[in-house]
Amino acid sequence: MPQNPPGAVRMGLLEDLKEKLGDIAAEIREEKPNYYSVRVEASSLVEAARRLVEMGFDHVASVEGVDWIKEKEMEVSWHAESYEPDLKSIIIKLYTRVPRDDPRVPTLIDVWPSAEFPERETWEMLGVVFEGHPDLRHLLLPSDYEGIPPLRKDYRIKVEGFIVDLTRQQKQ
Amino acid sequence: MDCPRSGWIFIGRLEESARKAADWLVNKTPLRSVRDWSIAFSLWPVHFTTSCCGAEFAAAANPRFDAERFGFLPFLSPRQCNLLMIEGTLTKKMAKAARIVYEQMPDPKFVIAMGACAIDGGIFYNSYNIVRPHEIFPVDVFIPGCPPRPEAVARAIVLLQRKIREARYLKREKKYESAGEVGTDE
Amino acid sequence: MTSQGSRSSETDMGYGPGTIKEPGFRYRPMGRDAEGMELYEIFIGPQHPASGHMRIVVRLDGDIIVNADPDIGYVHRTMEKLSETREYLKSIPLFERATIIDSANITWPYVRAVEQMLGVEAPLRAKYLRTLLAEINRISSHLYGFGLTGIFINHSTMYMWSFGDREIWVQLAEELTGARLTHTYIIPGGVRRDLPQGFKEKALKAIRYMERRLEDYMKIFVYNPVTVARFREVGVLTKNDASRLGIVGPNLRASGVHYDARIAEKYGAYPELDFEIPVMEEGDSLARLLVRIEEIKQSMRIIKQVLDKMPQGPFFADKYMRLIPPALRKHVAETGRIKLPGAFIRLKPPAGEAVARGEMGHGEVFYHIVSTGDTKPYRVRIITPAFRNVVLFRHLTRGARFMDLPVIYGSIDYFPPEGDR
Ligand code: SF4
Repeated sequence: MPQNPPGAVRMGLLEDLKEKLGDIAAEIREEKPNYYSVRVEASSLVEAARRLVEMGFDHVASVEGVDWIKEKEMEVSWHAESYEPDLKSIIIKLYTRVPRDDPRVPTLIDVWPSAEFPERETWEMLGVVFEGHPDLRHLLLPSDYEGIPPLRKDYRIKVEGFIVDLTRQQKQ
Repeated sequence: MDCPRSGWIFIGRLEESARKAADWLVNKTPLRSVRDWSIAFSLWPVHFTTSCCGAEFAAAANPRFDAERFGFLPFLSPRQCNLLMIEGTLTKKMAKAARIVYEQMPDPKFVIAMGACAIDGGIFYNSYNIVRPHEIFPVDVFIPGCPPRPEAVARAIVLLQRKIREARYLKREKKYESAGEVGTDE
Repeated sequence: MTSQGSRSSETDMGYGPGTIKEPGFRYRPMGRDAEGMELYEIFIGPQHPASGHMRIVVRLDGDIIVNADPDIGYVHRTMEKLSETREYLKSIPLFERATIIDSANITWPYVRAVEQMLGVEAPLRAKYLRTLLAEINRISSHLYGFGLTGIFINHSTMYMWSFGDREIWVQLAEELTGARLTHTYIIPGGVRRDLPQGFKEKALKAIRYMERRLEDYMKIFVYNPVTVARFREVGVLTKNDASRLGIVGPNLRASGVHYDARIAEKYGAYPELDFEIPVMEEGDSLARLLVRIEEIKQSMRIIKQVLDKMPQGPFFADKYMRLIPPALRKHVAETGRIKLPGAFIRLKPPAGEAVARGEMGHGEVFYHIVSTGDTKPYRVRIITPAFRNVVLFRHLTRGARFMDLPVIYGSIDYFPPEGDR
């Protein structure tokens, strides 16, 4: 059994990121220790993901959308991680913002095959269309589901009280 | 219909009358109690896990709690089972499958709904994707708890056995036949 | 409910007799491949002999699997949406229902993310207590996986043994937290209860017993000729694929990647403890089993160290302890059990976001919380290990024989409620 390799964390990753992605990224920030965010335009997502893979971030932990309903924008983000010894404690969030009415982003599964299922789920839950994704079928919801994607903020769940009103139920 | 005995003429629907006569005989006391006694100790829950309560259901079948001593052994095919355990939340997608499984089971069949979720949603009471089991089939015993302990599962089995031996499930079944539908449970 | 009412609701939902619709299959019917060979399509589940709740659509060419398509979502209970409507604290019991057999490990990263945003840190003793429960949970989660693997290949002895032995760890957890499975032990600021008296002796006894039992497991199950014949060189996952597909947990480590979120994130008491991350190079189903056995041993090693090194001190952060009224505080000190004031529910992290990862029995769990400074989170994203591993159903089964499918399913230790959330 191999021993734990020394858990050295790569230093100066922010500079590396800026050098590598500076020309296409709109914003590169260190949000928290070991957590960086890279904002790009939707058109340069694929290129940015390619460059991240070159740096060693070869899979994503999550694909998600955040519905910013007030700003009428949808934030779509990919959280990339790596199993390299010096990068393993680092998470990079690659994200973009697209209009909420017609959220379209290119799919990144050619670059990150691990994004396949989470992208499918994000399409289902938030209505983000991943252009080029071969398999946008319902994953978690019933296959005949129709209506607003449930994780959007304007999808209201029916909040029930703690007391069941039997008389009302009978009338229905 | 051919007449088995010469010199006699039968009028009417012989098969139906014969079935009725058999039903009447089986429902008479000595035969009925033998039948109910044997059903009560041969409960075969179909192996149909719906949610996280399944962990405690599995624990109920393990050596420490040993539900098998009540005559209770999970089995694979719904066609040879007579008990459906709803182990927790029933999602919309799963409810369709559950209903198909229920309909495949031969009569008499029983349903135990396990967990707070199976009663009225439990911790997921506001979720958009769940179904209450009592809306889709008649439930004989509810087990409260989240998750119920394996002892509670054992208790539910005993309760169901008592219900069977008192033939209370039969009355219910008649009512549901005359109503022509499934799911009325008052 | 009147009969009229229930009838209409039945037909509306499509559940009534005669109205059963098969959940809309959009898959192609049986067809022929390029060479004119017939392909068969088999639907397995969601009612099937294992930990149920999922369907696999398998296309077969004779006995060889051409393609397997996992159809999950049978236990999708909408946790992400519900967590948006509940306060931060109320989401802890919600998330632990995803992996009820491993509930400390799945909520710990969530609590860490909330703590990061709130700017509190748990005291050292709380960190040790969390580690203790996490490792107990890890062992019982692995034993659960073993039992199901046994069922998959019709080895009922393994099911009975490992579920019986799992009870020991469940009981230990119950002793520590008060609940068999749903502990809600780890809360922002610390833990809910202190270590009970006499816990150490019981834990050491359990470890001695388990060490002996693991040897029996090896003899009767893992190195059983039948098991070896069915598991060896079946479902091989190469190192490169494992990394590219983002596989996590024992499945990853069985393919030779040395990665564990406990080491990567350095949380809890792990940086101070001495343990190894078992790694194997083969990548087949047998290696995945062996890695789990090895992890159980390492977890027991961790538990021993935690109990030896357990520091004295408070088990709940001072910042929140001050919220508790003095009379109650005395009660807490005497009994070692936190009684939280009602105001605690209204934790209000500042606007911002946090991520956290943690290692569960099944692999790495990932949380991303977005807060707008409200008492409820704006968005919580959970990626559970089972959801990340679900791609293996497609990847590993391609080209395998049909009867290898149960082995592959069993060896990747997929837990459906966790995958569907
Ligand atoms: S009652 Fe509790 S344990 Fe059972 S399925 Fe529901 S949430 Fe899970």
